[in-house]
Amino acid sequence: MTDPPPPRVVATPAALQAIARLQAARGPVIFFQSGGCCDGSLPMCFVEGQLAISPRDVLLGEPGRCPFYIDHRQFEVVRHTQLVLDVAPGAPEGFSLAAENDAHFVIRSRLFTGEEEAALACSTQGVSS
Amino acid sequence: MTQVSEQPTQESPDASVYEAPGSPNSIVEVKPRYENFIGGHWIAPVTGQYSENKSPATGQPFTAVPKSGPDDIELALDAAHAAKDAWGEASLTERAAVLNRIADVIDANLEMLAVAESWENGKPVRETLAADIPLAADHFRYFAGATRSLEGSATEIDKDTVAYHFHEPLGVVGQIIPFNFPILMAAWKLAPALAAGNCTVIKPASPTPWSLLKLAELLQDVVPPGVMNVVNGPGAEVGMALASNPRIAKIAFTGETVTGRLIMQYAAQNIIPVTLELGGKSPNIFFDDVMADDDSFLDKAIEGLVLYAFNKGEVCTCPSRALIQESMYDKFMERCLDRIAKIRQGNPLDTTTMIGAQVSTQQLEKIASYVDIGRQEGAEVLIGGAEAHMEGDLAGGYYYQPTVLKGHNDMRVFQEEIFGPVLAVTTFRDEAEAVRIANDTLYGLGAGVWTRDGNKAYRMGRAIKAGRVWTNCYHLYPAGAAFGGYKISGVGRENHRMMLEHYSQTKNLLVSYSDQPLGFF
Repeated sequence: MTDPPPPRVVATPAALQAIARLQAARGPVIFFQSGGCCDGSLPMCFVEGQLAISPRDVLLGEPGRCPFYIDHRQFEVVRHTQLVLDVAPGAPEGFSLAAENDAHFVIRSRLFTGEEEAALACSTQGVSS
Repeated sequence: MTQVSEQPTQESPDASVYEAPGSPNSIVEVKPRYENFIGGHWIAPVTGQYSENKSPATGQPFTAVPKSGPDDIELALDAAHAAKDAWGEASLTERAAVLNRIADVIDANLEMLAVAESWENGKPVRETLAADIPLAADHFRYFAGATRSLEGSATEIDKDTVAYHFHEPLGVVGQIIPFNFPILMAAWKLAPALAAGNCTVIKPASPTPWSLLKLAELLQDVVPPGVMNVVNGPGAEVGMALASNPRIAKIAFTGETVTGRLIMQYAAQNIIPVTLELGGKSPNIFFDDVMADDDSFLDKAIEGLVLYAFNKGEVCTCPSRALIQESMYDKFMERCLDRIAKIRQGNPLDTTTMIGAQVSTQQLEKIASYVDIGRQEGAEVLIGGAEAHMEGDLAGGYYYQPTVLKGHNDMRVFQEEIFGPVLAVTTFRDEAEAVRIANDTLYGLGAGVWTRDGNKAYRMGRAIKAGRVWTNCYHLYPAGAAFGGYKISGVGRENHRMMLEHYSQTKNLLVSYSDQPLGFF
């Protein structure tokens, strides 16, 4: 028996609070992990429906009932790590919604352990949209 | 150099330090707050709101800029649409003259703009004096010349039928500028758009809203009202309102992939063309023959590796992956690390500073989180690996040490753009492996190849899937060389006279000079 697979994305209490505030103010929101230059490599937060989600996008999880997606090609690059959604000072620099006034969402990362990798390999979590 | 304070330091007797913009002896005047530049006038935002603008060098606010909303974009579009017919019909002589005057004004104010740009972005003033601002002026001159030499065509379809092709302006375009070269990247987008007869609404990046306004102040009497409009505000409000607006005929964006995707989605809804430049993870490849001699070329190659720290790594084409031939790795890296250790970090306004401050606390945070995941993945920190702490006024600035991580290409620090002074270095055995590693990335914006073997350089250049392969050089950005990405690095190109096509409609007049009917009806 292996342990249940760990979530591919988790949120800190500060991120969960920010998500709840955004949901109350704006309705359902989603995250999409960005790549590329400038404020790339940060999680972008949008009102649900604003960004068209492709069937190939990977749903990593739903922290705070908020879907968190990543491009399927980028997923291959990060799949050995757990993404930790958090909030940090400073307004967002791109098109993302702010976490709160003068704060933005960030990702920290943690390497999965060997046991966690094994459990994830046996599950389909985070490999379909 | 004029108006430089005397603050020589012990380490560098030749140091001269510009006064911070806004301080009594500075060559850069700073108002307490700025407005949007719309229709040739300074217009307060409809929102009535303003944001503080900080210098990354100190982390301290030094002015305020509009926190605009969608209504301000509409005002700017009104002004642009009011100007577009006259500008689009202006003779090429007139348009080129305006572009040349913009270049002259930039040159005449080079030092002021260079200091403003350095303070705005945190980049060393020696870079803005030598690269950002002179290049910006040159882009306007290049497109002034290019547009006058651009020709349509006349094709003889048959004896009595001629196909004429004309370039016509698109009309009003939207342009979203990144924070890494606030003035130069604006010039890249502005110069071809204006040269081709378009009017533009520009949204500067949120961390760097001000230096372009200093340029706009100088251009107020140079560019006809409404031809160039600048609106500042949050991307989620202003950027979105511009990119999704049905009154733009094209959108150009430099930034990250998800916003790029969103912009393409809006462009799809409005059925307009896009230019997207979305970054990269550019390989810089060094073959062992670079060490065949200890000469000027080797010195150039070593500098070529260290160029990852240019503009503190905040460059879309940052050579952020160094691939070094295994046979010379130890000797070559020793020379490079020695050079990296000599990088002078500090006040961007000090003319001897080689690396300044990251643009924002957000970027600083991101860099630290990537170095952290690099360590977890087993990358070896060869140098740096931590924030750099400054003293005095600079203590609140956003400084990160030039860093080198040794690892392998599957690590996240080799695959994701960090946008900081962090080099990921690995080795390869032969040419085939170099190509494989170079292309093992989602991106394809830039690459560098260093070898004394011209045939090998050519083969490598053609084999690498990237829009530009610098060969025995790096980080040169002449106006006449096309720049843009393969793969998810983007769509379309910037620079080069081909941009005039990208900012033009093609009008075909298909003319019959025959009196004879077709005979069908």
